[in-house]
Amino acid sequence: MTKLIKDRQIIDNEWTRLAVDFEGDLPSTPVIVPLNYWLAHKEAVLATGRAAVWLDSDQGPEALENDVDKLVLIAINFPRFADGRGYSYARLLRERYGYQGELRAVGDVLRDQLFYMSRVGFNAFEGRADRDLTEAMEGLDDFSVVYQPACDEPLPLFRRRA
Amino acid sequence: MYKYDGYDKKIVLERVAQFRGQTQRYFDGKLAPEEFLPLRLQNGLYIQRHAPMLRVAIPYGMLSSAQLRNLADLSRTYDKGYLHFTTRQNVQFNWPELKNVPDILEKLAHHEMHAIQTSGNCIRNTTTDQFAGVIADEVTDPRPYCEMIRQWSTFHPEFAYLPRKFKIAVNASPTDDRAAVQVHDIGVEMVRNAQGELGYRVFVGGGLGRTPIIGEVIREFLPELDLLTYLEAIVRIYNRYGRRDNKFKARIKILVKALGIEAYREKVEAEWQYFKDGPSKLTPEVIAKFKSYFTEPAYDDLEHNPGALIAQRQESKAFDNWIKRNTHTHKKPGYSIVTLTLKKTGMTPGNVTEKQLDLLADLADRFSFGEIRVAHTQNVVLADVPQIRLFELWQIAKEAGFATPNLGMLTDIICCPGGDYCSLANAKSIPIATQIQERFNDLDYLYDLGEIDLNISGCMNACGHHHIGNIGILGVDKKGEEFYQVSLGGNPGKQAAIGKILGPSFAQEEMANVIEKIVQVYVENRNDEELFIDTFTRIGMNPFKERVYDKTH
Repeated sequence: MTKLIKDRQIIDNEWTRLAVDFEGDLPSTPVIVPLNYWLAHKEAVLATGRAAVWLDSDQGPEALENDVDKLVLIAINFPRFADGRGYSYARLLRERYGYQGELRAVGDVLRDQLFYMSRVGFNAFEGRADRDLTEAMEGLDDFSVVYQPACDEPLPLFRRRA
Repeated sequence: MYKYDGYDKKIVLERVAQFRGQTQRYFDGKLAPEEFLPLRLQNGLYIQRHAPMLRVAIPYGMLSSAQLRNLADLSRTYDKGYLHFTTRQNVQFNWPELKNVPDILEKLAHHEMHAIQTSGNCIRNTTTDQFAGVIADEVTDPRPYCEMIRQWSTFHPEFAYLPRKFKIAVNASPTDDRAAVQVHDIGVEMVRNAQGELGYRVFVGGGLGRTPIIGEVIREFLPELDLLTYLEAIVRIYNRYGRRDNKFKARIKILVKALGIEAYREKVEAEWQYFKDGPSKLTPEVIAKFKSYFTEPAYDDLEHNPGALIAQRQESKAFDNWIKRNTHTHKKPGYSIVTLTLKKTGMTPGNVTEKQLDLLADLADRFSFGEIRVAHTQNVVLADVPQIRLFELWQIAKEAGFATPNLGMLTDIICCPGGDYCSLANAKSIPIATQIQERFNDLDYLYDLGEIDLNISGCMNACGHHHIGNIGILGVDKKGEEFYQVSLGGNPGKQAAIGKILGPSFAQEEMANVIEKIVQVYVENRNDEELFIDTFTRIGMNPFKERVYDKTH
């Protein structure tokens, strides 16, 4: 089983992510379904008792606005690490829609992006298979001070400065 | 000038440690070149034609004498003894070795300097008027607001991987725009509304590069406290919807053009409603705090335009010329703003040697409260010089080659490093500047011509801002040979305009002749005190075109 970082722990990844064009019946194991599948088969996904959806980088979070309480896991795909749209999606899910469940970064997820990802609300990271997760986790602690408010810090530094 | 507090210091040093680790992982093969690339770019490091190039930020263009001496030291230790001031209030090392860059960054950090986000697809160094805080007519000192933007944009977690680079500039002078805000991704012009309240006119989608566009007004008046939240809404919309499939169409200007300014504005305003009163909204107390970081130096009460100065100007025509051209009116009586030109013929525009850096530091200490400023025109400013000491300063500066009284003149050329240094360039730019400066070496003639902006870029990335030069020169590649395209009518200021192309490009050796013909057409057609740009606007392109391409001339 592959591993991932979740809440600063390296754990087994129990979830399988279904392809973007997945059709047909859901397998019995835990799966993360693509957005289009979710929109077309909400009842079937909810019936599994562990509804999980992933967004591609061109799929904004608006489609999930009314579903966030039903989902235990939302994954956002980074097709290339330089595609930064997912950072905005994550913040919107957390800050605007109040999503509380697992928010997972998947795809081209590398150590040097983890700090920013954790600030915008991701708490789980499927690191790229060819990289060491223990080393990658160090990236979460690159900085101890931040200027802006985000999901990890409600106030800008200018309101916290003595 | 702004002093780091404990937080700033910690953040910058943690950044150095992070980059040291990244560089080591790159050398160890744990970080692929394409993964290292955006990381090094966001630390100002390009891989150039001959060696890496390191771009260091100079926030608001301000440098202390201690920082100047440190730069001089670093250029001796890690480079070839000279540096290059850019058109965006940065300074560049041209020959550092990659393995030394973490050490250079650490030594910069100890002098409160950094290379954070000076490159890459992120929010770059915020620039402003080099006369901020000292020019008489500004609405308010823009630097505290720039510092708010710096803190907001530094390591902004949502905006580190934008579709493309993102540049913000702030201007607070109602009469002039020395920060060229209308050709930035976001231009912020500080204004007062009819009620006398302070706020901002916000431009979006300006830029140079291969698709030069003047920014459009997204907000005619944004209240003072709303600066950061509104910027956040603009950038979020760009991050979400800006094109990522083609790097040449990825700047915000392309998105604004594609949607139309009304649709872009609607999206931004709708987004902004969600957090406009959130924690990033400014308060009067916060603004007061930021203003307190930019205190005035200890000015004396001095006589304005003292008799000794008047006498010195009468005695020396050369000194008088320099005063007229290279000084500006200070808000404080008895002081002047002095621009030292780095544009002596034969000197590469923007280049400074380690000896000159040390000398500038000495001049700053002796004449201007230990500070200098770097202008986007690649000149250096002593912002607070007592008028009674201008003559003494002029004599020293003249000796050092800093007092060519050509500020704003045809030979005060803005120029990128070009093909001599830069791997992106199609053509050399510096020899063109030299050729033109050598041709127009008669100061009386230059004064007679009046203000003409001449800008040179070695490629369409437009680091030399050729589109907004009254005369612009662009290096192009024609079947492996270097040619130069000329444009006329560009304007960087309040009446911002993109120049229009004159016609087919020219070989290098023709350039001084071409410029001379253009200038002749101006001289023959101008009315009285009319500036080049006004004559051009009046008579249009044709007279210039006919003369330059006329085979009988």
